[in-house]
Amino acid sequence: MSGSVTAAGKLDLDPAVVRTARRLARKAGGPVVELARSHTTVSVERAVLRLAGVTGADPDGIPWVNRLVDAVTADVGLGHGVALPAFHALAAEGVGDLTLLAQKAAAGSVRFAVPRGREATAARAAARRSVGAGLRRVDRRRAERERLIRRHGDPPQRPWIYLIVATGDIYEDIPQAQAAARAGADVIAVIRSTGQSLLDYVPEGATREGFAGTYATQENFRLMRAALDESSRELGRYVRLTNYASGLCMPEIATLAGLERLDMMLNDSMYGILFRDINPIRTFVDQRFSRQVHARAGIIINTGEDNYLTTADAVDEAHTVTVSQLLNEYFAHEAGLSDWQLGLGHAFEINPELPESFRLELAHALLARELFPQAPLKWMPPTKHMTGDVFRGNLLDGFFNLVGAMTGQGILLVGMMTEAVVTPWLSDRDVALQNVRYVLGAAGGLREDFVPAPGGFIQQRAHRVLAEAVDLLERIVDGGLLTAIAAGTFGIMRRPADRGKGLEGVARHEPGYYNPATELLEGPVSARSAGGRVGSAAAANERPVR
Amino acid sequence: MSAPTSGPIIRPYGDTTGDGMVQLSFTLPVPHDKRAEGAALQLAAKMGLDPAMLVHAKQLGDGYTFFVVYGSVRHLVDVSAVQVVERDFPLLSAKEVNAAVRRRLRRKLSVVGACIGTDAHTVGIDAILNVKGIAGEKGLEYYRELRVTNLGAQVGVPDLVAAARTEKADAVLVSQVVTQRDAHLHNTREMAAAFREAFPARRRPLLVVGGPRFDELMAQELGVDRIFGRGTTPREVASYLVHALITRREVVAA
Repeated sequence: MSGSVTAAGKLDLDPAVVRTARRLARKAGGPVVELARSHTTVSVERAVLRLAGVTGADPDGIPWVNRLVDAVTADVGLGHGVALPAFHALAAEGVGDLTLLAQKAAAGSVRFAVPRGREATAARAAARRSVGAGLRRVDRRRAERERLIRRHGDPPQRPWIYLIVATGDIYEDIPQAQAAARAGADVIAVIRSTGQSLLDYVPEGATREGFAGTYATQENFRLMRAALDESSRELGRYVRLTNYASGLCMPEIATLAGLERLDMMLNDSMYGILFRDINPIRTFVDQRFSRQVHARAGIIINTGEDNYLTTADAVDEAHTVTVSQLLNEYFAHEAGLSDWQLGLGHAFEINPELPESFRLELAHALLARELFPQAPLKWMPPTKHMTGDVFRGNLLDGFFNLVGAMTGQGILLVGMMTEAVVTPWLSDRDVALQNVRYVLGAAGGLREDFVPAPGGFIQQRAHRVLAEAVDLLERIVDGGLLTAIAAGTFGIMRRPADRGKGLEGVARHEPGYYNPATELLEGPVSARSAGGRVGSAAAANERPVR
Repeated sequence: MSAPTSGPIIRPYGDTTGDGMVQLSFTLPVPHDKRAEGAALQLAAKMGLDPAMLVHAKQLGDGYTFFVVYGSVRHLVDVSAVQVVERDFPLLSAKEVNAAVRRRLRRKLSVVGACIGTDAHTVGIDAILNVKGIAGEKGLEYYRELRVTNLGAQVGVPDLVAAARTEKADAVLVSQVVTQRDAHLHNTREMAAAFREAFPARRRPLLVVGGPRFDELMAQELGVDRIFGRGTTPREVASYLVHALITRREVVAA
């Protein structure tokens, strides 16, 4: 492979500037982490209950975790966490399990209180035991994944080929996903139904109706993972499954992903704030918890920087992508994720009419590659400048694939020539995969030869974007990240910290707040298990391109 | 450049006037074999391609084959008989919307949106307002010159009127998905009446409702300025706002 010429050498970036950028990202993110550590949300507490084994929903489809958290909050507020009041009530009422307790609470026959003294100690121990059992299930899923990867193997090439299915009906999605895997997909993403991100509960069961996507539910996760296990056996390579840990239920969906062995999750630190107008504090609290779960579950996260470029100009705002990647990296590391789990996003979205647009794309993609040498970057296809001219679209996708090969991207979301026209047809997907196969087959090793001229256009452009990123980070550090978000620094959205959806579901920790999941996820066990993975996975990540 | 016309009757152009050449691609749910190719040619013939040339056939997965067919169509098009349904307002790009507001309104255009009544389905209003948008189009929040206040779901009519007043709304957008017992119609009438009561006629914000089950022709009957049905995109709404609040008023004033 590129061996002698390390990626880090190709742009001749000044290591001092790179260090400064990381230091500023840490400084910008630090106060937000403090905020996340001192607050909880209804969804974090519901995730705790899911780990403790609460399942199912009432006859109206409202999950028992929602009913239980609502009942506890009504009696004692959210700020103590749900674990102590719930496990205390479990003992006091002599109820067999939490789901039963939720049912009784919903019927109004249980009163909750915050236990003190020995009762608190007992409730704490019971909660920790129960949530610990849930985390052990997550650990078993992770071990199972590692075993299946050893048995079936990873894809033979990088980037991994990532394809989307989205019919709205899980039973239609399954054959489509299996067909896509047979046609060459290494990663299947099931797009969620429009609007799920703003639901403050996770729907239950297998679903057959969605709007432009399929609901993320535990049962849908289980069905699709089982189907792809079948495909992995048939194809002799482990086919990964992706969904979305975003929106108001991010921590719960992350937890369900861990419980059902999903392999990748879209999980961006600021996407919900900027693009869904979800309250910033809600998002950062939910983010931190969901990333801790992903870290534990061995899930690769995919961040959403591509979205900035769909709203802002891909050249003028290129540095906002870099800033967001650096922030996402900081928040991810802080939550315990390793480099091999960071599918940092970026996209091929420069206006193709712009002179030298391809060289600019190369510069941006290589900058991301060099800044994050161990991360499996997620490379996203053109969408903004795709039109009904499918012939031109196919050519653009070819150039997109070429940048992916030349700059060693880790995960390549396959672009469709019908991007702006229809949801992909069977033949569109085939044309798109043919495009990818041709480029990776013809130029998969070009990364080795592609060394930009010293001081040339590509190097200069990369240096400039990095310098602009450092400037922006400095401005963010000056005023604080929340102020920057409120002022519309990212994209053009102004998102004040006291506005946005889901704010009513946020509470500051009361003294004595207890969350057994956070305690266990931050404890030495998870650190050890995460640490054990870094070596092998990082090595896998350095696998040569073809 | 104007297209060379050989009169009002035309046919497709490949490389010679009047050759009628078209290209076509499609997938049939059969594995690739001689019979499949025959089936593709039969379809092409039924579509009026004569002669049809099958230039590419490739099996996709187990039971499907993709075809590319070229051929000459017999059909003629009478350009003088073409009928076009014109939209009653021009469709503008985000840039044009922003420019129109900036130059001609000279302040931000204030839009207040909500789902009213018991309707908790914010899918519609969010698709139109959220930056995320729908179908690849950004929502109204993306337009720099629009100031958007999205009140979310289950907003009472009095609260909506109050918010419209506080935000000095130029337009109020209401989404209604639930149609049980005609709830969407009742809610819309109630909302329209409340705004008429609360504002003098000339100061009343523009009232726009949307939802998958509305009849777009019912605006007058329901007392609102405009109804948008299924499949409406943010850009259409933004273009309409510019048309109704800026362009048309200028015409009226002039």
